Amino acid sequence: MRRALLGCIAVSVGATPVGVFLILRHMSLTGDAMAHAILPGAAVGYLVSGLSLGAMTIGGLVAGMVVALASGFVARVTSLREDASLAAFYLISLAIGVLIVSTYGNNVDLMHVLFGTVLALDDTALTLLCSFASVSLLVLAILFRPLVLECADPQFLRSVSKLSAITHFVFLALVVMNLVAGFHALGTLMAVGIMILPGAAAKFWAETIAGLIAVAALIAMLSSVIGLLLSFHYSLPSGPAIILAAGIGYGLSLIFGPVGGAIAQNLPRRNLKT
Amino acid sequence: MTAVIKFQNLTLGYDRLPAVQELDAEVQEGSLTAVVGPNGAGKSTLLKGVTGALSPLDGGILIDGFRRDEIAYLPQQSQIDGSFPISVIDLVAMGLWHEIGAFGRLSRKFRARVDAAIAAVGLTGLEKRTIGSLSGGQMQRVLFARLLLQDARLVLLDEPFAAIDAKTMADLIDLIKRWHSEGRTILAVLHDYATVGTHFPLTMMLARELVAHGPTAQVLTAENQFRARQMCEACAGIPHVCGKSAA
Repeated sequence: MRRALLGCIAVSVGATPVGVFLILRHMSLTGDAMAHAILPGAAVGYLVSGLSLGAMTIGGLVAGMVVALASGFVARVTSLREDASLAAFYLISLAIGVLIVSTYGNNVDLMHVLFGTVLALDDTALTLLCSFASVSLLVLAILFRPLVLECADPQFLRSVSKLSAITHFVFLALVVMNLVAGFHALGTLMAVGIMILPGAAAKFWAETIAGLIAVAALIAMLSSVIGLLLSFHYSLPSGPAIILAAGIGYGLSLIFGPVGGAIAQNLPRRNLKT
Repeated sequence: MTAVIKFQNLTLGYDRLPAVQELDAEVQEGSLTAVVGPNGAGKSTLLKGVTGALSPLDGGILIDGFRRDEIAYLPQQSQIDGSFPISVIDLVAMGLWHEIGAFGRLSRKFRARVDAAIAAVGLTGLEKRTIGSLSGGQMQRVLFARLLLQDARLVLLDEPFAAIDAKTMADLIDLIKRWHSEGRTILAVLHDYATVGTHFPLTMMLARELVAHGPTAQVLTAENQFRARQMCEACAGIPHVCGKSAA
């Protein structure tokens, strides 16, 4: 239980800042696509060496990076836009993944890959999750200024610096890395949830980037605690319980959030801001 | 006076269709030039060529004495994401990119320059506002403040006064004149001939090809304007056969 909590908090801290940027770049669904794309890699890793942490991690990273690079490459050399080429590649990747898992594995394994095993994280897995979160935060801190400019005014970034393409691909790599970390704890499908839901909820509480990241990380950690407690006391599957807790957080933010939430939006304003 | 930009038999275009054709012209150092012409005359394309974002199909653009980072460019349709939560001060400070880079610190000295640039465009007090809450004119002032900080020797402006009010336009023209007096070279694409006649000493009129280039009073004649319109109409739809026959 304590291991599970630590694992989830590591994932929360690592993944939510990336999720905030995904939302700000209008790329929320890219996270979902990438999550599907890592499946065949994890499956191949599993085939090669069973339920081995290292093999599945490397497999997932490789598959995710290949799909990210391939779709980025296709978008730059052909007339197909990046979202369409990403959709094409992730669907191919997902089909391969499901094919491999269902041909060579059994249903228990499929459930493990899809929904994770947060209550069975061992020391190695915890170390991996924590290091991924640390690396992710560090890279994000270094890349913060180019990334903000790449989101806000990509044309200007290209006119003053050659970092535009590098920023884009490093950012996609961070997305893949955090999804792979998340998939050990929550499974491939639920990993996106801890990335996107807290960020989406944070938009109703904060107006600055720093504020968004702080609120999102807080919501993610709270959801982890609540979800794990619910899953422990009512023997629910932990991944979905955590994401549902985050979903409830999102719903509440939607209604009560001071920044554009349903109530704030429709209340008569007495004081106009100057 | 030396020529800092030389267009030599320059043809620029997209997908092998020329938008600027066989242009020969020189831009002198420290000159303030308006680029005018009908829609589709290749004005914006020409600026993109100067920035290096677009490579010539034929001929060349010689840029003498400027490094790439000494050119500042304000595009017509900026790709700025207005919903992105970045504050006025942060966006303006990005103009210092060449001096601070991607990772440097915004020290007190730089901070003072950012404040001065915001004051120069009359936005003091709005530093903390996010760009989404600004009006069109205020946003254009923000972009001019960023241009100020870029401290560029060659400034390219594409329709800088589109959709802004007269007061903002007057303030921004003062900034352009200040740059001119500081010896910077300025090329501005404009469509309002009255503005050009009042404030710009030199004019280059384009209609895919060069129609006229020189002192504004000699370029903005009724005859030239008529000829430019005719040349662009002759070009419409069949760009690859237009050119000499219409001239």
